[in-house]
Amino acid sequence: MRKFAVNALIAASLVLPGLGHAQTKTLTIGFTTSETGKLNADSKPQLLGFELWRDQVNAAGGIKVGSDHYKVALKYYDDQSSAGRVQQLYSRLILQDNANFLFSPYSSGLTATAAVVSEQFGKIMITTGAAEGKTYKLGNKDLFQLYTPADKYLKSALDVIKAKDPNAKIALVYSNDGFSSAVAKGAAAAAKHMGLNVVFDESYASDTTDFGPIINKIVSSGATVLIGGGHYADGSTLARQLYDKKVKLGFISLLVAPDIPKFASMGKAAMGVTVPSQWEPSVTYKPDFGPTPAAFTKAFETKYHSRPGYHAAGGYAAGLVLQHAIEQAGSIKQAAVAKALNHMDAMTFYGRIHFATGVADHGLQIGHDMVLAQWQKGANGKLVSQVVWPSAAQTAPIIYPLKKFAQ
Amino acid sequence: MYDVIASLASGLLVGAIYGLAAIGLTLIFGVMKVINLTHGAMIALGMFALYFLVSVAGFNPYLSLLPILAGGFVVGVMVYWIAVNRVIGSSDLMSLLATFAVNMILIGAGTALWTTSPYNVNFSLPGISWHGYTIPGTQILAAILAIIIAAALYGFLYHTRTGKAVRAVASNRQAAELMGIPTRRILAIAFGLGIAVASASGALIATLFPFTILSGGSYELKSFVVTVLGGLGNPAGALLGGILLGLIEGGVAPFVDVSWTPVIEFTLFVLILLAFPSGLFRIGKGR
Repeated sequence: MRKFAVNALIAASLVLPGLGHAQTKTLTIGFTTSETGKLNADSKPQLLGFELWRDQVNAAGGIKVGSDHYKVALKYYDDQSSAGRVQQLYSRLILQDNANFLFSPYSSGLTATAAVVSEQFGKIMITTGAAEGKTYKLGNKDLFQLYTPADKYLKSALDVIKAKDPNAKIALVYSNDGFSSAVAKGAAAAAKHMGLNVVFDESYASDTTDFGPIINKIVSSGATVLIGGGHYADGSTLARQLYDKKVKLGFISLLVAPDIPKFASMGKAAMGVTVPSQWEPSVTYKPDFGPTPAAFTKAFETKYHSRPGYHAAGGYAAGLVLQHAIEQAGSIKQAAVAKALNHMDAMTFYGRIHFATGVADHGLQIGHDMVLAQWQKGANGKLVSQVVWPSAAQTAPIIYPLKKFAQ
Repeated sequence: MYDVIASLASGLLVGAIYGLAAIGLTLIFGVMKVINLTHGAMIALGMFALYFLVSVAGFNPYLSLLPILAGGFVVGVMVYWIAVNRVIGSSDLMSLLATFAVNMILIGAGTALWTTSPYNVNFSLPGISWHGYTIPGTQILAAILAIIIAAALYGFLYHTRTGKAVRAVASNRQAAELMGIPTRRILAIAFGLGIAVASASGALIATLFPFTILSGGSYELKSFVVTVLGGLGNPAGALLGGILLGLIEGGVAPFVDVSWTPVIEFTLFVLILLAFPSGLFRIGKGR
């Protein structure tokens, strides 16, 4: 009996780990991130979001596919914020690294380049940090967008203007990159439709450092509110110079930059500036799967000791949505997962996710809504980001008009 | 009309800083015929030096210019001895590649240390407001300091023994050597001065705008334009060229979409070169 027990133990110790090993496989997700170059500040939080999702999934045993569990491996390279690098590296991720699925790089421009490669090889790519809608209207079949499309970005800012001061004179000032131009085009059309008065509409080069000439033109136009911007570098510079030049504006809403926590380091120049945000830690969505907004925020803060913005949340949500689709499909085959994504209409911590499935706009995000956040002085005197619009999601009343420039 | 005057005033002020930045480039070219591709990186290092001196060490931003000038000089002399000295006299491409390599090292190290996320020196001074247009005090003071630094450099070059030696080497290195001037040392000093001035211009720019390690690139490009406008190797011409470039930017901005400004700027640049191949401010100075 004793001999049998020993033999059984030896057999079990040899066979069971082997069985376990056979069932735990690796799922490789490839992408590029801008560790260097001008998109670095915007891209980094997105990477942190991907990594937090991977760590949580792997700690929970991996993605369950039938009886198998897949551990997630992220394979990524630095694209140097360059489209040329993106083209090379996505080919490499598919052909040499054998990535099972793809995430997009940060920014609409780089994603448009990556999408050419992913579609060519029929690889599913979940895009995050890529709001420009044009890429999803080219007949792509394996591209799925998480962000609210660019043409709806400034809708909430226009709603505020309409509600607070329908006679406001609007300056629409934006970077001439694809994403910002698409946002501005959508905003101009929406403003016209809403009967609002755009008195100044002009773009600037995305690498502009001296906004003096364009600020003088804003003053000349008699504008009372400003909407527009681009990415972090230009948006933060524009906000700083609007403050230095004491431009009398009652409302400022800039893309992307004010959502990066570092924006608050500009102090008074940041105070009162609003940002259309894909997500804020204070939202109260009740998810169908995955963490609640509060649980995600806590996990992010515990790991990285900083508050997540929507770039980080978008990164995590990309992983979460892909994971859910794989689990629903019960397979890692591209066709089965694409089918699950096409059928998805679900609430997550990041908001509602639902993709267009028509031929004309396949993969375009049509379920997700945006909020408007504003930098306000908190109880301890430090700046905090508050959700100020829509009123149902509001964590603090909006400051409108701004007083800081009226000196 | 007010908008044109305000725009020209802004252009004039920012042009003085373009001029100071370009002086560093043109001084080095004038003395040793080296196109210094570390120029943009050195401007960016000047920006970061100001950031750390002001935001971390709590120094006054304008008093910080003195250690930045001194530090820039030391760094410049080091770069000269390490990367430039041995390729002086060989083909132009060698010095171009040597300085490009140093530039890549500095940008790479800067990106690794500080990322390409913008830094901001939180500092402002009361400005001048006029018909709704405001010129920040920082911009006025930066322009004044740029002109003072340029004038000090001019004084050094024309009224000190070492400065005269720098000009002698620029004029004819072999003759200067025959007169007993230690040309290698003078070349190192000239390179150090060029880098010091570039760093100081970066520090002044950092009092106005947020910046990244890549921000020097656009000022490097403007410095090349200004240098050619002012005449290669002519520091006074560089300052005037900078002011002219600023005025062009300010002058065209009220009338066209600002994204067209570089197109107009560079078209004028080509036209000026066609009419005055040696630069605008080389007239009457011979070849």
